[in-house]
Amino acid sequence: MSDVSFVRTEMLPEKAPPASEVGVLGWIRHNLFSSWLNAILTIVSLFFIYYVLSNILAWTFQSVWNANSLSECREIMMATWGDTHGHACWGVIKDRWLQLLYGFYPPYPAHPDATWSNPPETGAWPAYFRPNLTFILLLVAIAPVLFTKVPRKLLFVTAAYPFLLPWLMWGGSIWGPLMVAAGFAIGYLAYKFVLPVAGSLIAMIVAVALPILWWLFAAGSVADAINSVIPIGIASVESRDFGGFMLAILLGVVAIGVSLPIGIVLALGRQSDLMIVKYLCVGFIEFIRGVPLITLLFVASLLLNLFLPPGTNFDIILRVMIMMTLFSAAYMAEVIRGGLAALPRGQYEGADSLGLNYWQAQRLIIMPQALKISIPGIVSTFIGIFKDTTLVSIIGLFDVIGLTNGIRADTAWNGVYWELFAFIGVLFFVVCFSMSRYSMYLERKLQTGHR
Amino acid sequence: MTTITDPPKEHFRLSMLLYDTRYRSATIQVIAMIGFMLLAAWIISNTIQNLETLGRTVGFGFFSEPSSYDINQRLLEYDSRDTHLRAAFIGLLNTLVVAVLGCITATIIGVMVGVLRLSNNWLIARIMTVYVEMFRNVPVLLWIVFAMAILIESLPAPRAFRGENPEATMDLFGTVAVTNRGVYIPEFLFSRGLGDIHLFGTSSLRFDVSLDLVAFLIVLGGSIFAMRKVSAWANATQEQTGDRPTIWHIQLGLLFVPSAILLTVLGFHLGYPELKGFNFTGGTHLRNSLIALWLALSLYTAAFIAEIVRAGILAISKGQTEAASALGLRPGRTMRLVILPQALRVIIPPMISNYLNLTKNSSLAIAVGYMDITGTLGGITMNQTGRELECVLLLMLVYLTISLSISAVMNWYNNRVKLVER
Repeated sequence: MSDVSFVRTEMLPEKAPPASEVGVLGWIRHNLFSSWLNAILTIVSLFFIYYVLSNILAWTFQSVWNANSLSECREIMMATWGDTHGHACWGVIKDRWLQLLYGFYPPYPAHPDATWSNPPETGAWPAYFRPNLTFILLLVAIAPVLFTKVPRKLLFVTAAYPFLLPWLMWGGSIWGPLMVAAGFAIGYLAYKFVLPVAGSLIAMIVAVALPILWWLFAAGSVADAINSVIPIGIASVESRDFGGFMLAILLGVVAIGVSLPIGIVLALGRQSDLMIVKYLCVGFIEFIRGVPLITLLFVASLLLNLFLPPGTNFDIILRVMIMMTLFSAAYMAEVIRGGLAALPRGQYEGADSLGLNYWQAQRLIIMPQALKISIPGIVSTFIGIFKDTTLVSIIGLFDVIGLTNGIRADTAWNGVYWELFAFIGVLFFVVCFSMSRYSMYLERKLQTGHR
Repeated sequence: MTTITDPPKEHFRLSMLLYDTRYRSATIQVIAMIGFMLLAAWIISNTIQNLETLGRTVGFGFFSEPSSYDINQRLLEYDSRDTHLRAAFIGLLNTLVVAVLGCITATIIGVMVGVLRLSNNWLIARIMTVYVEMFRNVPVLLWIVFAMAILIESLPAPRAFRGENPEATMDLFGTVAVTNRGVYIPEFLFSRGLGDIHLFGTSSLRFDVSLDLVAFLIVLGGSIFAMRKVSAWANATQEQTGDRPTIWHIQLGLLFVPSAILLTVLGFHLGYPELKGFNFTGGTHLRNSLIALWLALSLYTAAFIAEIVRAGILAISKGQTEAASALGLRPGRTMRLVILPQALRVIIPPMISNYLNLTKNSSLAIAVGYMDITGTLGGITMNQTGRELECVLLLMLVYLTISLSISAVMNWYNNRVKLVER
């Protein structure tokens, strides 16, 4: 061992990495200039970003807010910047933003004479009290569904919301929605009292049949009767006054909320062993998915009244809601079917071996997992249906895009495009983008780490 | 001592229809079937009753009446004296045109964006993310009317092209005129053309097929067949001798020379658009409505396709690339022989469902006045004849046929490329 001339006994201190490899400089080198091609791409995109941003920012912020018509806007632009191009005229939004948000919904429905163009001097309520309250209640009602940290007691609001929403939005007597709600109570009570007497199956049949009979034959007249004794109600609003972004949210919320349960049932039907049920579900799903939404909206606006008993003439918004719900239910069913198909066979077998019956197995084992797998698909269906609510402008409802034509028809704002489109685009972007972010959050939260 | 006897033979009781799982499924199905039939019968009887009250009959006789409206963007000749059936046919072709054009551009843009989103250049990846999120989260109808507004409001009018020092000039070496009335592109002309063959005589579905086009396609098909033969010969030679003969120049020659000869023989030339009076004449006129719809649908669908492509590429594990390199495959071949076949299996099904969505979204043409099947059959024809029931049902049937045919192709493909697992 003596011929070993040199043995290091202590390590040299670590050297700091070269400045070009770490920190901001290193990051830039690795992510922006890692090769010649990348460097060129980076420079080109920098120019592109500069070009786009400089134009858009200038347009957005060097803009006119205080103007009552497009010509006035142009005069101000001419006086301030010397040209009329490249500057937004936000005056139109300032002038019409309430209309874009609420359509022709009367701001003070409690005052019989008050309209959008003729508001009363002093409203007893803040303007647009009812749609705003409905929206706030919506947030309260979905909060316990979306976030587990929210107090569970709020679920009562969620349960009451389906009845509150139509009452607050359309107004009228409170007894109608209450009687509809009473149907569910009747069903529950029927199940509870019949169960000890007859078997569970008969109890179930009675619990379904009784409420249906109640809704079809009794609810309306009972509501009228009570209303004539104790009239409680608020001013009613016509469906043709609904519009703007409010209409999109209304249609979206109803279609989303109702289509999820229908979609689950359809997906189960499609996976079922019962051949006739299966083919009925397949036929429905493939038919709805095979036609564009616009044709279904044509059905809603032109044909649905033909399909119903003579003399029924129900509301256009309700008809549109029905068709949009069916539409999104079919897509939802396919998404959930994907989730069901992705579950390993062992889960079904495990449920069977525990002795669970079909519905117990679905409720406790299959659905929680299948729905978790299909969350991204479900949310993108939600986003899709929410965006598709704009199509109602084609059948003549005053959706937010339909309103832009009306605004442009006004001589003061003839020729205004970009500001309106930007406003609408931002509204939709905010809602849809938050939905997709929420779905990512939910995916992370529910991830159990199996894969 | 006990003996095991057979369980007593059960007699069928009525309650077994509900409580015995062997019979319950049959009961449920029968009830479902009866319910469905009752519902259908109810709807049909309501419809008949309502139509009687309105004093209307159901029939498709209106299809042979003159349509008396014009369709400005069309593939085949048509005028307002033609029948409603002809108008619907032209509309159907317009739907297919915008759907095919849209699918092609959406695929090109989508694949590019999807690949660039995975780029290791941070800036490019971010720009592409912004593009995807921007288009995915805003309704396609808004993009369509927005594109239409851009075309109408910001492009020069045809009169801007006039005079000594025009404000606007034609693009691409003076061959393409981009105006606010549409885009004029050169058209293909044959000075010694073979003429057309007229199919279906004078019926509403009459159809002219250009013999020049047929001849060109035949020659092109022949060229491709020959190229495959050459390629097969090269493969065989390589198998035998180990050396692959150089064939790329033969291939190129086979591809281009016969077509070029044919085109020269037929006297092929381009007809350029020219400014005459207040408008352009000559060339092919693509209206704003078509371009706006095409542009908006492709950009919108491309955002979805980009996500699919990205997911498809990410779905292939890195081990596949490494294994291919370990086998000694070059990067190009790795991509072509290993990565793409697997990624395509993930990519193609959602891609086709996006093509379907694009086709269905093309019905929004009605918002910009492009006369597709919704604009003709479900628009003007329906309003003129007042035949809502027939028109809407037929419209649904047309879209359903298109969708189901595309789905059938998709299923066929899926079965073909399906992984054969245990």
